[in-house]
Amino acid sequence: MVLPISFTITSMTEALTSNTLYINLAIGMASAAGIIGPFAIMRRLALASDPISHVALPGLGVALLLKINPLVGAAFALIIGAILIWQLEKRTGLSTDVLIGVIFSVSLALGSLITPDEELIDALLGSYTSVGLIEFIIGLIASAFIIGFVLYQKHRLTLASLSPDLARTSGLDTNRLNLYFLLAFVLTMILGLRYLGVLLMGSLIIIPAAVGKNLGWSLNSMLVVGSITAVLSTGLGLLIAPRFDLEPGPAIIVVAAILFFLSFFLKRRD
Amino acid sequence: MTKILEVENLNVAFNGVRVLEDLNFSVEDGDALTIIGPNGSGKTVLLKTLLNLIPYQGKITWKKDIKTGYLPQTLFLDQSLPLTLREFLMSKINVTKTDPNDLEETLKLVRLPEDSLNHSLGRLSGGQIQRALVAFALIGNPDVLLLDEPTASIDPPGEEQIYDTIHNLQDMKKLTVIIVSHDLSLVYRYATKVLCLNKQQICFGPPEETLTTKKLEELYGAPHKFYHHLHDGSTH
Repeated sequence: MVLPISFTITSMTEALTSNTLYINLAIGMASAAGIIGPFAIMRRLALASDPISHVALPGLGVALLLKINPLVGAAFALIIGAILIWQLEKRTGLSTDVLIGVIFSVSLALGSLITPDEELIDALLGSYTSVGLIEFIIGLIASAFIIGFVLYQKHRLTLASLSPDLARTSGLDTNRLNLYFLLAFVLTMILGLRYLGVLLMGSLIIIPAAVGKNLGWSLNSMLVVGSITAVLSTGLGLLIAPRFDLEPGPAIIVVAAILFFLSFFLKRRD
Repeated sequence: MTKILEVENLNVAFNGVRVLEDLNFSVEDGDALTIIGPNGSGKTVLLKTLLNLIPYQGKITWKKDIKTGYLPQTLFLDQSLPLTLREFLMSKINVTKTDPNDLEETLKLVRLPEDSLNHSLGRLSGGQIQRALVAFALIGNPDVLLLDEPTASIDPPGEEQIYDTIHNLQDMKKLTVIIVSHDLSLVYRYATKVLCLNKQQICFGPPEETLTTKKLEELYGAPHKFYHHLHDGSTH
């Protein structure tokens, strides 16, 4: 099914007020990004998360050319990206980060060539789009699914992130868990693409988690602080952006960055 | 005594380079096997191979339904991660479906104060981390403990305490222990069997019969001052 979606910017304020679904979906997406982020940091995916989100661009570009929903194309490309990272992680060679750097940067270059010029900035940095009811419901279910997955698998994810050897000797199937995690990770990216674009979505997963790490006193508190930061950044970013005629993605990330610097001053020093 | 582990013709190679060559030994219920050898002799690789973390050739047969607890040599820990000791230990309690009430008892066994549960791992001292790792290994009621240099980053008095703790646990819980160590005095004090490793199996058996001067020379190269140390009454 092709979902109704438009990548054209209508009057921003009008889009915001007329589409509460857009805002509500953003909150759901941000909660998911905030809760999965701490595990991405624990798994040392902080640097890789940006290049991973770049892989969405060629899929998005091809979908636009084929005149199907761009998010479907992006989702397809990201799932392939997740499986690729999963395979790379299994290798012990030192070249994994190089491979990630090369493959995913090339995909950004190719995607930029394929994606029509008028859509490129929106695809890179996010945009104001109308969200249909079906899309909203699917998005909300996906957000709830990600949050549920992280909470249900919290102990296993902690162990597998901290030490794969300890996890495996405790009886965990880390290989399968890694795949599930990476799929949940790219699902979060798919949800956030419309708001933050392929360049910035990784940052909404990593920056709030870094705030959680600065302010948290336990893993649980890190998850809570991370989610609150992601929701706050997204909400404030979407509120501020139209007033200054900004794209939503950069506005959200600037707010997140300010919260990150504030968290340095409030950091627990014990 | 029943055989708990049997290793036959075990070989491990990384990229064509043989790291372990043709090992054959067995461990019986209640044994304390110490694996000794110089740096790079394959001690850690052997432990990980026994735990099925590394691909190998040959045969490793554990007694059916045996439960193992593992203490790695190091835990690469992000010091600024606010993960508490409670959350760390609860992760294993959850994965192994152990009764959470066992947590306090396990903590007492390794002599860690209860309030340390709320401290983040990054705030614990080297000795406390090591105790925490012993506690982690004990969760899930294992039959066998595999310990990789459990006192690697600990000062001598702390080292003594850790070994005493492990020894007491072995007596109390009737555990079988396989331990990698540099400390030869430990072999004489606690081990029922010793395996000398330098990629190949240099010796295997009860320490008093196996650890001859000749074997130690073969294992470590030139004669070493630790012979004096070994027969020094103060180590007993």
